[in-house]
Amino acid sequence: MSLDAAVRLSLGVLDLDMELTIREGEVVALLGPNGAGKTTLLRAIAGLAAFSAGHVRLDAHVLEDVATGEYVPTERRPIGVVFQDYLLFPHLSVLDNVAFGLRSRGTGKRVAGEKAAQWLDRVGLGSYASAKPAELSGGQRQRVALARALAPDPRLLLLDEPLAALDAATRAEVRRDLKHHLASFPGLRLVVTHDPLEAAALADRLVVMENGRLVQTGTAAEVTERPRSQYVADLVGVNLLRGQADHGFVRMPGGPVVAAAGAESGEVFAVIHPRAIAVHRQRPEGSPRNVWSGRATGIDLIGDRVRVRIDGEVRVVAEVTTASLKELDLGEGGQVWLSFKATDVGVYPA
Amino acid sequence: MALATVGVTFFILPLLGLLLRAPWRDAARTLTEPETLQALRLSLVASLSATGIALVLGVPMAWIYARVAFPGRAVLRALTTLPMVLPPVVGGIALLLAFGRRGLLGSWLDTTFGITLPFTTAGVVMAETFVAMPFLILTVEAGLRSMDRRYEEAARTLGASRWRVFSRVTLPLIAPSLFAGAVLCWARALGEFGATITFAGNFPGITQTMPLAVYLLLETNPEASFILSLLLLLISLLVLIGLRHRWLGTA
Repeated sequence: MSLDAAVRLSLGVLDLDMELTIREGEVVALLGPNGAGKTTLLRAIAGLAAFSAGHVRLDAHVLEDVATGEYVPTERRPIGVVFQDYLLFPHLSVLDNVAFGLRSRGTGKRVAGEKAAQWLDRVGLGSYASAKPAELSGGQRQRVALARALAPDPRLLLLDEPLAALDAATRAEVRRDLKHHLASFPGLRLVVTHDPLEAAALADRLVVMENGRLVQTGTAAEVTERPRSQYVADLVGVNLLRGQADHGFVRMPGGPVVAAAGAESGEVFAVIHPRAIAVHRQRPEGSPRNVWSGRATGIDLIGDRVRVRIDGEVRVVAEVTTASLKELDLGEGGQVWLSFKATDVGVYPA
Repeated sequence: MALATVGVTFFILPLLGLLLRAPWRDAARTLTEPETLQALRLSLVASLSATGIALVLGVPMAWIYARVAFPGRAVLRALTTLPMVLPPVVGGIALLLAFGRRGLLGSWLDTTFGITLPFTTAGVVMAETFVAMPFLILTVEAGLRSMDRRYEEAARTLGASRWRVFSRVTLPLIAPSLFAGAVLCWARALGEFGATITFAGNFPGITQTMPLAVYLLLETNPEASFILSLLLLLISLLVLIGLRHRWLGTA
């Protein structure tokens, strides 16, 4: 267990109560909507935000423990941080920015300069050593910020929304670079992000938090397959229902019942992919076990497919092709029937 | 519109008067007279010393006002910036009562160390510092409050000690405020009259600064006093232009 943090604090409307561990060699993405407390947790780990209960331990060292009063100040924690808008020192050259951490920790001017130059080469900015941060593009600044955080050789690297300040055109490229640099860094890595694509691309394991609390954790595949909150389900783009399993059925609060092949007993989540839901204008005949009527309340074109939001007994999203939408002659507000098979409902304990 | 014109005229007319009535032909001679040079040198030495002291003492004060919350901070800040609005002559008298030969601290300095401050060049520097330092404190404090403190946090995550954060990140980031505060402070010190004449007197070569010389010359040699006034006006103008470019950020 390499990083072990448990943090409880109240800050304005935020009520944070999170535990977070990062194991040796792991890249963890902290994923959550804005205001979930991700950045606050990152700041607490770095020693920049005081908390009312909990601890931060890194390997065998206690960096902070409210119970014992132990506290290692930020400047003595072996933690590198890449801030959301990078916070490169505007009055220093790119080289001096990267050398800043080494100089702060007592490395001589010449050696620090040489090491900083090596780092700039590694991120492909060797020829920008004497430039000021203001002269760089967003992607270049991001790389300088990364080099600056890595140069003092931290044990733990924290990245706060590292790609959020970039425009969409450069983001994919910078993300690829970042993934490469993260892979070559031997320490622990934590990426804070609100972008599921970014989280899935950069991290081995996702930690999802909402409203200051842990929602679920797992690999991107695990989280995608078994979302445990509406937020995650929306990110992944699947329908999530919750209810009481009853031998082949899931009974939801308020009455609706879904036939679900895997349902046994107990409180469960039921997940249905929008593509598994068929949409009809007439009540369908035949085998599907789940047939509901409803009203189409939203129609969104996504590439060559269409997502239809349907309000009925249960609110779900169905995905159809543009061709079949045309065939259905469906507009917003139209009455529809939807159907899906009991075997297309994924069931897992809540 | 009419009122604004009256207002503008009110400012421009005295400047015109100074420019038009100054005996330009005698300018070179007046400016090189020993008395003038003496007053000029003393003014520069005293005002630059006052600015130096204000920087050394005022920046830490500004930092504490901006960064450390403690009970009575507002009161303390008000008291230490009071000289900005205090009639300078009152400041001079207050200085006399504190540092004069029979003052609170002055009598002890006098009997213990034989140090007398009033009516010395050191007294001039004290009077100027007393009156001018608040300008620096308030300007630097405003700079500290408006700077993005996350740069300081970034420096700390890079292992910088408090002193290194302050000297390598905070100070460079507030350099424009520091410069503006120092220039305002220096200009105020250079023009200081009331507190200086009250606390330090008017001894040529020791405490007679430019404004004092100008005032004295008005009685004996008005032409020369016009020339010296013009010189002070020129310096003020340069200060303003310098601040417009580097502080106000307008071209």
